[in-house]
Amino acid sequence: MTEAPTLLSLVPKAEAKQSMKDFKSDQEVRWCPGCGDYAVLAAVQGFMPELGLAKENIVFVSGIGCSSRFPYYMNTYGMHSIHGRAPAIATGLATSRRDLSVWVVTGDGDALSIGGNHLIHALRRNVNLKILLFNNRIYGLTKGQYSPTSELGKVTKSTPMGSLDAPFNPVSLALGAEAGFVARTVDSDRKHLTEVLRAAADHQGTALVEIYQNCNIFNDGAFEVLKDKDQAQEAVIRLEHGQPIRFGAEGSKGVVRNQRTGDLEVVTVTPENESRILVHDANGASPTTAFALSRLADPDTLHQTPIGVFRSVGRPVYDTLMAEQLETAVDQHGKGDLASLLTGNDTWTVVG
Amino acid sequence: MTSQVSSPAEQADGAEGAEGTVVGEQRTAGHPGGNGNGKEVRRLDRVIIRFAGDSGDGMQLTGDRFTSETASFGNDLSTLPNFPAEIRAPAGTLPGVSSFQLHFADHDILTPGDAPNVLVAMNPAALKANIGDVPRGAEIIINTDEFTKRPMAKVGYATSPLEDGTLDAYSIHPVPLTTLTVEALKDFGLPRKEAERSKNMFALGLLSWMYHRPTEGTEAFLRQKFAKKPQIAEANVAAFRAGWNFGETTEDFAVSYEVAPATRDFPTGTYRNISGNLALSYGLIAAGRQAELPLYLGSYPITPASDILHELSKHKNFGVRTFQAEDEIAGIGAALGAAFGGSLAVTTTSGPGVALKSETIGLAVSLELPLLIVDIQRGGPSTGLPTKTEQADLLQAMYGRNGEAPVPIVAPRTPADCFDAALDAARIALTYRTPVFLLSDGYLANGSEPWRIPDVADLPDLKTPFAAGPNHELADGTEVFWPYKRDPRTLARPWAVPGTPGLEHRIGGIEKQDGSGNISYDPANHDLMVRTRQAKIDNITVPELTVDDPCGARTLVIGWGSTYGPITAAVRRLRLAGVPIAQAHLRHLNPFPGNLGEVLKRYDKVVVPEMNLGQLATLIRAKYLVDAQSYNQVNGMPFKAEQLATVLKEATDD
Repeated sequence: MTEAPTLLSLVPKAEAKQSMKDFKSDQEVRWCPGCGDYAVLAAVQGFMPELGLAKENIVFVSGIGCSSRFPYYMNTYGMHSIHGRAPAIATGLATSRRDLSVWVVTGDGDALSIGGNHLIHALRRNVNLKILLFNNRIYGLTKGQYSPTSELGKVTKSTPMGSLDAPFNPVSLALGAEAGFVARTVDSDRKHLTEVLRAAADHQGTALVEIYQNCNIFNDGAFEVLKDKDQAQEAVIRLEHGQPIRFGAEGSKGVVRNQRTGDLEVVTVTPENESRILVHDANGASPTTAFALSRLADPDTLHQTPIGVFRSVGRPVYDTLMAEQLETAVDQHGKGDLASLLTGNDTWTVVG
Repeated sequence: MTSQVSSPAEQADGAEGAEGTVVGEQRTAGHPGGNGNGKEVRRLDRVIIRFAGDSGDGMQLTGDRFTSETASFGNDLSTLPNFPAEIRAPAGTLPGVSSFQLHFADHDILTPGDAPNVLVAMNPAALKANIGDVPRGAEIIINTDEFTKRPMAKVGYATSPLEDGTLDAYSIHPVPLTTLTVEALKDFGLPRKEAERSKNMFALGLLSWMYHRPTEGTEAFLRQKFAKKPQIAEANVAAFRAGWNFGETTEDFAVSYEVAPATRDFPTGTYRNISGNLALSYGLIAAGRQAELPLYLGSYPITPASDILHELSKHKNFGVRTFQAEDEIAGIGAALGAAFGGSLAVTTTSGPGVALKSETIGLAVSLELPLLIVDIQRGGPSTGLPTKTEQADLLQAMYGRNGEAPVPIVAPRTPADCFDAALDAARIALTYRTPVFLLSDGYLANGSEPWRIPDVADLPDLKTPFAAGPNHELADGTEVFWPYKRDPRTLARPWAVPGTPGLEHRIGGIEKQDGSGNISYDPANHDLMVRTRQAKIDNITVPELTVDDPCGARTLVIGWGSTYGPITAAVRRLRLAGVPIAQAHLRHLNPFPGNLGEVLKRYDKVVVPEMNLGQLATLIRAKYLVDAQSYNQVNGMPFKAEQLATVLKEATDD
């Protein structure tokens, strides 16, 4: 297979320089005041001009949920579809129109509950989609039931005595589903969010970006530990390709591989162990280390939560392969001729 | 073959001949020696053959080959494959029996025939499972090698039916098919088991001799099918020839039969044999070409629709994209995404899949995008009878969604008609920007008949322009694009595909403001939009219903879909017997033809035969307040002409 230098090269470029304003639709934004979605919308609208793509060739597809209103606010083509199905719909669009840059906006309920099947299959197939998964660990639009990423024991309207099911870790799930690109970022960190979007946009194939997003109505402060300056130092592990994985005050903590179990663990950095601190390699062929990194976070407290690009490796892209098969078929059999197809090989003639 | 039901050349389809149980006209053709061996040759006007054996015996292949030979000979024909849902049910058991019935004639016929004149039974299970359908006096060719103690005991034969008088009423040809096949192949050095597998070709050869079928096609087919295993190819050809020679030489087969080509009932043209699923696949490819749009299929495998996925997957050089999705929902989801992008989008499935797709169909109704939903109906509910036919998805197609979500419905009437129906469904989808149901069924899907190959120059023009620029002027004079501003004639909204500068817009399943398409929760607007979507479907142009009523009948029989063949055959029988009856057949179930109400009211009595519990009858009664009488059968098999003739005769009597 021949991989184009970048699949985005198939998408027409914008003729004039664009600004954030070009990507704002005329629709009034209707999220709750203070919702984390505003920050993500602003970051995406601010980032889009950087891609330099003709905005008529950009499409946002969403499912159902608060985050899924996103397409209405982008002055691109967009479809607000039905619950959980956005990856499937986007797959049809992206595989039939390689001149489009297709983005999926989804939430933890949309992508991981009702749409879990479509998400994992989009990832394994590696269709050229950029999936933004807004994770607020709660059902917002239906007014506050626990979600598949809520911590165990979550007390909500539907679980007054606490939820009974263990949460998904979306990054672990995506890696298990063969995703070539998996990243995590936080709604309030505009710079980090934009960097991750840039890396996702550059990726060939499906990119999954988990965005921790605050629901200030039903799950306020869910990510406070990652946002509060003092706590974040100890809680957030910033992954940077090629850099030792260190965090904490003045990088006092680091991630090493346990020589006995092969698993990853956090240690206080000392001169003796400094050389053993793991250097992050997002491009490693095996997803094993990325998966181990995804397991460092405590699902209840979110302590030791890595953010950044966990994995970014090239894999054959479904839409490219599909287009190549069409070309190969023409090379082998010539362009389809309807009359000879209908006639087939076994005919008889009736004369009047 | 389908023809005008009131054609002067009309003949009874399956009417009993003068010989009582021997169906069809049998004449001694005064040219003994025609087969080169002094044996008697008789001319028949039509024959019904049923091949029956174990699932692993290759009966479907045998039937297909006999069909191809018959088609290329120029007979009219109609087929009924009938096989279990299990890929390999336990060998030698009744549930494992697979059969293939073929009706061929020197004139225009409409059904695979009620009862076989000839049964080929490859084992005791095949005999037991099929003997009830075989009229007394018919010929039965039996593979005696399989009639040993164990296989007979397996199906409850305590004594051999070949010896205990059970089959005295039939004309039996006991043939040791397996032994003869192995003997014929002894020089090939094949393991015995391998050699035995060719016994179906031996049987095919024998039947080909009996009915004077051309053989070159089958030999070429075998050599192509086993191109990578030339020894197996030659062994099968040898078994096929041995079967032919056996008929030629053995004294047990004293008579062979000729069924002349049906040329006088065929309009001039070039013909081929075609099954419903193949015709439907070709119709979809043709629709893409006529619309000048790439064809996109999003599908999940399901019986009996999978063959369309297989077929379309073969034609990537037509620019056809086939996407095998993770589930039924993703299949239609991908198709809808492709429709948004400007493809002619299709999803193929059967009843259970339609149930899963319902929400996405509703979204397509709301988005007003063209989309074909092909439902090859099978026995339901739930998993039901996956390999058997039924028409019980009509109300699901009509109403099976939340909210007021009207979807047009088109139903083909014969296997070959699936081609035209696919083009018609595409026309409606593209013209009105709506999802459309194409309701075929298992009988049409797997059955086959001769098809006059159309001239591609005569196919309808389906070109549908995309929106190219603004379509609305705001009060301040600004030119804008309104995605829900409709064509006043068709009420279709513009199809503006991504990539078109200046037409960026957002659509979704939330109610939209009339015109602008922006989200709207306004009550009056919702009322308007619901009524407008309904009006768009109600106003779709469909041809007037034609009624075949040559003698001023008082009773009308009306059907839809695959019951066309048996109903028409039954109507012919009644008219031959001097009983006047009118017939009409619906292709369009939503909207109905504009004159349907008037047609129904013209008759004292309306009878609606359906392979369900009266779904069309329910619709007709509700809409037109006509006391339509149902006649229903839901046994997984098509109606028999004789059965319908009896019912219709009774209806005309009272």
